[in-house]
Amino acid sequence: MKSQNKGILKKVLNYIGKYKFFLLCSVVLAAISVILTLYIPILTGRAVDCIVGAGAVDFDGILQILKEMTIIIVLTAAAQWLMNACNNKIAYQVVRDVRDEAFKKLEILPLKYIDGHSHGDIVSRIIADVDQFSDGLLMGFTQLFTGVVTIVGTLLFMLSINVTSTVIVVILTPLSFFVAGFIAKRTFNMSKLQSETRGEQTALIDEMIGNEKVVKAFNHEDAVKEQFDEINLRLEKASVKAIFFSSLTNPCTRFVNSLVYAGVGILGAFLAIRGRISVGQLTSFLSYANQYTKPFNEISGVVTELQTALACAGRIFEFIEEEPQIPDAENAVVLREPKGKITMENVSFSYNPDQKLIRNFNLEVQSGQRVAIVGPTGCGKTTVINLLMRFYDVNNGSIKIDGTDIRNMTRKSLRDSFGMVLQDTWLHAGTIRDNIVMGKPDATDEEVIAAAKAAHSHSFIKRLPKGYDTVITEDGGSLSQGQKQLLCITRVMLCLPPMLILDEATSSIDTRTEIRISKAFNTMMKGRTSFIVAHRLSTIREADIILVMKDGNIIEQGNHETLLQKENGFYANLYASQFSA
Amino acid sequence: MKSLLKYIKDYKKESVLAPLFKMLEASFELMVPLVMASIIDRGIANADTSYIIKMGLILVLLAAVGLISAVTAQYFSAKAAVGFATKLRSALFSHIQGLSYTELDTVGTNTLITRMTSDVNQLQNGVNLTLRLLLRSPFIVFGAMIMAFTVDVKAALVFVVAIPLLSIVVFGIMIVSMPLYKKVQAALDKILGRTRENLAGARVIRAFTNEEAEIAEFEQENELLLNTQVFVGKISAAMNPVTYIIVNVALVVLLWTGAIRVDSGIITQGAVVALVNYMSQILVELVKMANLIIQLTKALACAKRVEGIFAITSSMSEKNDTGVINKEGAGKNAAIVFDHVCLTYSGGGDESLTDINFTVQKGETVGIIGGTGSGKTSVVNLIPRFYDATKGRVLIDGVDVKDYEITGLREQIGIVPQKAVLFKGSIKDNLLWGNENATEEDLEKALEISQAKEFVDTKEGRLDFMVAQGGKNLSGGQKQRLTIARAIVRNPQILILDDSASALDFATDAKLRQAIKGMKSDMSVIIVSQRASSIQYADKIIVMDDGEMAGIGTHEQLLAENEIYQEIYYSQFPKEKQKEA
Repeated sequence: MKSQNKGILKKVLNYIGKYKFFLLCSVVLAAISVILTLYIPILTGRAVDCIVGAGAVDFDGILQILKEMTIIIVLTAAAQWLMNACNNKIAYQVVRDVRDEAFKKLEILPLKYIDGHSHGDIVSRIIADVDQFSDGLLMGFTQLFTGVVTIVGTLLFMLSINVTSTVIVVILTPLSFFVAGFIAKRTFNMSKLQSETRGEQTALIDEMIGNEKVVKAFNHEDAVKEQFDEINLRLEKASVKAIFFSSLTNPCTRFVNSLVYAGVGILGAFLAIRGRISVGQLTSFLSYANQYTKPFNEISGVVTELQTALACAGRIFEFIEEEPQIPDAENAVVLREPKGKITMENVSFSYNPDQKLIRNFNLEVQSGQRVAIVGPTGCGKTTVINLLMRFYDVNNGSIKIDGTDIRNMTRKSLRDSFGMVLQDTWLHAGTIRDNIVMGKPDATDEEVIAAAKAAHSHSFIKRLPKGYDTVITEDGGSLSQGQKQLLCITRVMLCLPPMLILDEATSSIDTRTEIRISKAFNTMMKGRTSFIVAHRLSTIREADIILVMKDGNIIEQGNHETLLQKENGFYANLYASQFSA
Repeated sequence: MKSLLKYIKDYKKESVLAPLFKMLEASFELMVPLVMASIIDRGIANADTSYIIKMGLILVLLAAVGLISAVTAQYFSAKAAVGFATKLRSALFSHIQGLSYTELDTVGTNTLITRMTSDVNQLQNGVNLTLRLLLRSPFIVFGAMIMAFTVDVKAALVFVVAIPLLSIVVFGIMIVSMPLYKKVQAALDKILGRTRENLAGARVIRAFTNEEAEIAEFEQENELLLNTQVFVGKISAAMNPVTYIIVNVALVVLLWTGAIRVDSGIITQGAVVALVNYMSQILVELVKMANLIIQLTKALACAKRVEGIFAITSSMSEKNDTGVINKEGAGKNAAIVFDHVCLTYSGGGDESLTDINFTVQKGETVGIIGGTGSGKTSVVNLIPRFYDATKGRVLIDGVDVKDYEITGLREQIGIVPQKAVLFKGSIKDNLLWGNENATEEDLEKALEISQAKEFVDTKEGRLDFMVAQGGKNLSGGQKQRLTIARAIVRNPQILILDDSASALDFATDAKLRQAIKGMKSDMSVIIVSQRASSIQYADKIIVMDDGEMAGIGTHEQLLAENEIYQEIYYSQFPKEKQKEA
C-alpha cells in the first residue's frame, strides 16, 4: 500500500513538475508570509511593553514599532495573495492536464474496456476524482508546508522569548492531536454505517422514482413508501449518531486549546512577576499559544485529506494507464475505395476466455453482396459488427477486406469505409446539422438536405423550431426514438461509405416510414457490401447470405431458399413461426 | 423556505436549545480576554500569585463549561437537522408518489431523484450549520465589540470602523465571486457532458473516426474551464490578504489609541491586551461567517428547488366517496368504451389524440397498430387513467374512469409497459407486484403463459433468483417476459400489452399470444404492436395514424379496404402481396 502510494505520488509530482516555477514561487511566498505573520505578535508584544502605564508610554518606540508593523502587514498580504494565485494556477493547470490526458485515453481505449466498465464510474474518475485529487493534494501540500513552517517558526519565536513557557505549550498541544484522532477513530464506524444506509436509500429512490410510472400502474405506492420509511428511519438514527460524534472534534480540540492558553497564562504571569519576561512578551506568547494548535489540527486533517486525494489520484491514474487498444501497425496500409470483398477465415472469438462464442467461422462475401444476420434475442448478433469494425480483435483467424487483414490497415481508413447505424441511437449535444455532418464535417447545406431527404428525415427536421439549427440535448431530448434513428441514418446517408452495417436500423420506426427508408437503403446498398442485423424476416429475405446465430454461435449459413429447405433447420422454424398462431 | 419550516416543528425544543447553548459557549469565550487582562493588571502588577492561580482556574472552568455547552448544542442541532431531513424526505417521497403521469413527464424523474437525495442532504447540512453557527458568529462579533466598549469607549471606536469594513470586504468578494462560480460549474458541466457522451457513443465516434475532433473540442472546453477557474481564483484569493490588512491595520490603530489612553491614565496595560485579543477573535469569526454564508446560500437554493417540487400538485382529481360503484348493468356492459376521446398533453401543443371512438367487449382481443408517434400508447394510457382525456369519456365496465377510485380502477388492469422494468429483489417479489396474495401456483401459471418458465427454470433458485437493480442480470427478452408474467399474476379484467413483445422472436411471440388466449374467457386483451403478425388474429384491429383512428375492423376487412393497413401489412409480408397480384 505504502509503495503504491509512493508510486502515485511520483506520478503526481511529474504532473506538477511542469509548473516548477510556480511551485517554487509558492513555496518561497508561503515561507515568507508565515514568518512575517508570526512576527506580528512579537511586535505587538513590544508595543504593549511600551505602554506601561499612565505617563509612562514610550511614544517614539511605539511609532517605530507600528511603522514596522504596517510594512510587514502589507508585505504579508502581498505574499499571501501571490501565493494563492500561484497555487490556483498550479492546481487548475494540473487538473486540465490530467483531464486532457484522461480524455485522450478515453478515445483510444479498447471498446472492451468501455463496454465492461460502468460509465458512471469512468465519468466520476475524470470529473470528480480529478477535482478532489488536485484540491486535496495541492491544498494538502500547501497546508502541510505552511503548517510545518508555522510550527517550527512559532517554536523558534517562543524559544527566543522564554524556554519554560515553550515547554508547556509543546507538552500540552499534542493532546488536541490525540483527542481529534481518538474521536475520528470512534466515529469511523458510525460514518460508515451512515453512508452505507444513505447508499441503500439512494438506490431505492433511484429505482422507485426512476420507475414511478410502473409503481403507479401496479398501485404500489404504499408498499414502496413503507419500504422507504423503514430505511429513512434507519438513516435518521445512523445520521444523528454520526453527525453528533464527529462534530465533537471541534469543541474538544478547542477545550484543549483553552487549557494550553490557561497554562501559559498562569505560568507566564508567574514569570512576569519574577521579571523573567515582560507583559508584552506574555501577550505574544498567548497569541502563539492560541495559534500553535491550529497547524496541528490542520495537519491531522491534511493527512486524511491527502489519503483520499491519493486514492482519487490512484483511480484516475489507473484509468490513464489502462492498456490502450493495439495501435495501428507501423506499416499499416490505408484502405482506399475498397471493393468490399470480405473474407473471414477460421475466426474464433469470445468476450471472455471461459466462454467460446464463435469458433472457426468462415465466410466469404463478394463485393456488393448483402449479408443478413438473424437469430433470437441475445444471440450475439452485434458481435459480428464488433469484429468487422475492429471494435474488438479476433482471438484467432483473420478478417480480410479485399485480401488485406484488417489488422494491417489503419483503423481510420477501415472505419471510414463502413457506414454504421446502430440499434442504440446516439446523438451528441449540438445542432441537428452538427449531428448529421459527423462523418463529413465539410458538407454543404445542400448535401445535408439531400441526405436528409433521402433518409426521410427532412420533413420532420423542417418542422422543428429552428430546422437544422435546432439544438438538441445529449439524449436527443424531445425527439422520438424513430426520429433519432432517422437522424442516425441521415448521418450515414451523407457520407455513403463503400460498405454498410445496419443494426436493427429500423426497429423503432413505423413500418410505413420503414418502407420509404428501405427504398432509400436499397439504392444506397446497390453495389455496396452490406451487413444487416434485424428481427424482421421480411427485410432480410432478399439477402444474398443469411447468417443464423444462436447463443453467440453462427449455426446456419446460406440464402433464404436453401435455409428454408433445411429440414427442421433453425431458420426454417423461425420463419414458419411468423405465420403460425 | 417558509413552507419547509413545518418539518422542523417537531424539533422546536432542539432548534431553540442548540443556538442557545452555542451562545452560552460564546459568552464564556468572550470573558477570556477580560480574565487575562485582570491577570496582567492585578496579578502581575501586584505580584499576587494566589490571584493569578484563582484566575487561571477560572479560565479552566470557563473552558470546561464552554465544552459542555458546545457538546449539548451539537447534540441538539444534529438531532434537529437530521430529524428535519428525515421528515422532509419522507414527505417529499409521499408527495412524489401522489403525482400523476402528467407531472412526472414535465418534471422528469431524474430531477425528482436529485431533489430527494443531494438537495435534501444539503438542506440537512444547512440546518445543522444554521443552528450551530448562524447566531454564534454575529454574537461573537458584536459581543466582542460590546466588550471592547466596556473596556474603553474611545478605543472601541476602532472596532466600529473595522467591523463594517471587514464585512463589506468579506461579503463583497462573496457577492462578486458567487455568480462566477456558477460559470465555473457551467463549464464543468460541459466537459462532464462531453465525457458522458463519448462513453455512450464510443462506437459511433469511432465508426466515424471522430476521435481527434472530440479531443480537440474537449481540450477547448477544458481550457475555458481553466481560464474561468483561474480568474475566479484570483478574486477569491484576495479575500484573505485584504481581511488580513484590515484587521492588522486596525490593530496598529488600536495600539496607538491604546498608548494615548494609557498614557493619560484612562485605561491599563491589561486593557490594551484585552482589546487586542477581541480584535483577533473577530477576525476568526468573520471568516467562519463567510463560509457559513456560502453554505447557506447553497442550502437556500436547494430549499427553493425542493419547495418547487412540493408546489407541484397532481392534476388528477380523485373521487373518494364512490367506494361502491353502482354496477347495475354489471356483466352486461362493454369492458372498455372510448367515447369521442381527445387528448392533449400539457405543454405538448397539438392534440395527440383526436376523436377516438371504439368499444371493446368482454373477452375480446383488440390489436392497435400504427406508426411511431401515431398515438397507440396514448390510447392505452387512458385506460388505467394515467392521463385524463381532455375531451370525451373513457368508460370501463360502463363507468367513467374518473368516477373510480384510482387504485380500484388500476386493480382491474394488467399493463405491460413498453420499457421492461423490474425491481431489485427475487423473481417472486417482482411477480407479486401484480398481486400480493397470489399463490405459488398462480405464479407458476403466469410464468408458463408468459413463456418465461423455460428460462426461469435455468436460473439458480428459480423464483428466488435475485433480480439485480434495473434487471441488469437478465436479457431484454427475459425481462420482457417477466413483466408480462407480472401483469398476468394480477388476473386482470383487462390485459394491455404495449408493444411488449418487441424483444421476443416471432416463435415466442406467437406462443405467448396463444397462451394468453387460453386464459379466462371474459378477459379483454389489448395488444399494441408494430408487427402485423402480432395483431392480425385479433377480433378487432384499430389502425392509428397521426393521433386519429384511420380504421377499425378485422384483418380481412382492413386488408380489403384500409390503405394504411395494407401498406403496413404488405411491407412486412411482401409475399402475400405477390399472391394477391
